[in-house]
Amino acid sequence: MLMSTLQQNHSEHIDSETGKLGMWIFLFTELFLFGGLFLVYAVFRAKYSEDFHTAADELNTFIGTLNTVFLLVSSMTVAMSVTAIQKNNRKLALFLVLVTLVLAGLFMMNKYFEWSHKFEYNLYPGSEVLKNLPRGELLFFGLYYMMTGLHALHVFIGMILLSINIVKIGKGTVNQQHYLMLENSGLYWHLVDLIWIFLFPLLYLIT
Amino acid sequence: MKNEGVHISSYSSHGIVLTVLLALTTLSVMVTDWHLGAFSVSIALLIASIKVSTVITYFMHVKFESLFLKLLIAGVFVIYALVIIITFIDYFLR
Repeated sequence: MLMSTLQQNHSEHIDSETGKLGMWIFLFTELFLFGGLFLVYAVFRAKYSEDFHTAADELNTFIGTLNTVFLLVSSMTVAMSVTAIQKNNRKLALFLVLVTLVLAGLFMMNKYFEWSHKFEYNLYPGSEVLKNLPRGELLFFGLYYMMTGLHALHVFIGMILLSINIVKIGKGTVNQQHYLMLENSGLYWHLVDLIWIFLFPLLYLIT
Repeated sequence: MKNEGVHISSYSSHGIVLTVLLALTTLSVMVTDWHLGAFSVSIALLIASIKVSTVITYFMHVKFESLFLKLLIAGVFVIYALVIIITFIDYFLR
């Protein structure tokens, strides 16, 4: 009797403030993971600015811009899905998370075409062509693959989280009272967007 | 109910934020075409910083969070800025 009351209380009491704080602390570690790479980029860019300039010209600004739009819109749809669940509109929340997932898929598809196009020209880590490039250009492509690759891994993890949310909203375990999972997945998704906001100008625009 | 007192962002506010973000992206791409040399780097990073603060404030809902969380987030960005500054001081004065 006591146990069941305790369990009941336990399942009802979810401290969303603390849950969100924990998520933010995790996001801080992510920030420093990418922050370290940004720092490496900044130092090498200062050292080999000419080579970085030439190498960045190889990147397709159109694909980069399109992917930026995909991520910005997806950030909005996931933020809106939290609003929808707070207003107890499960169907809309489900639809919005689904749209976010589709946009994430489009981003990854673009990334696939972009990378395979470079691979066709033998511009991949460890290739002979890349090894014979000037040192600065080699560093640029190394950082390009490392940073966009690590970012793409985060997009992929984000897609898994979004899928779990779709199932949970469908089942009703993510609902108007308990939506911390959706909120925290949203925060993670926004982080993916934040990192891209910096990657886009640094890799694609500044030439 | 637990939900009472929780700030709910409106759909339209999210729409406005997205419009601002897309406008800033367009501006960022346009600025690159003007070939401002060294300035284009700082302008691109300035626009990116404005975009990032907008996402954090509105999409990530920090505007309506506790002062504690706000200070924590601000603190982390200050620490990161210090890491960058100290690295570059070391790099240029070596």
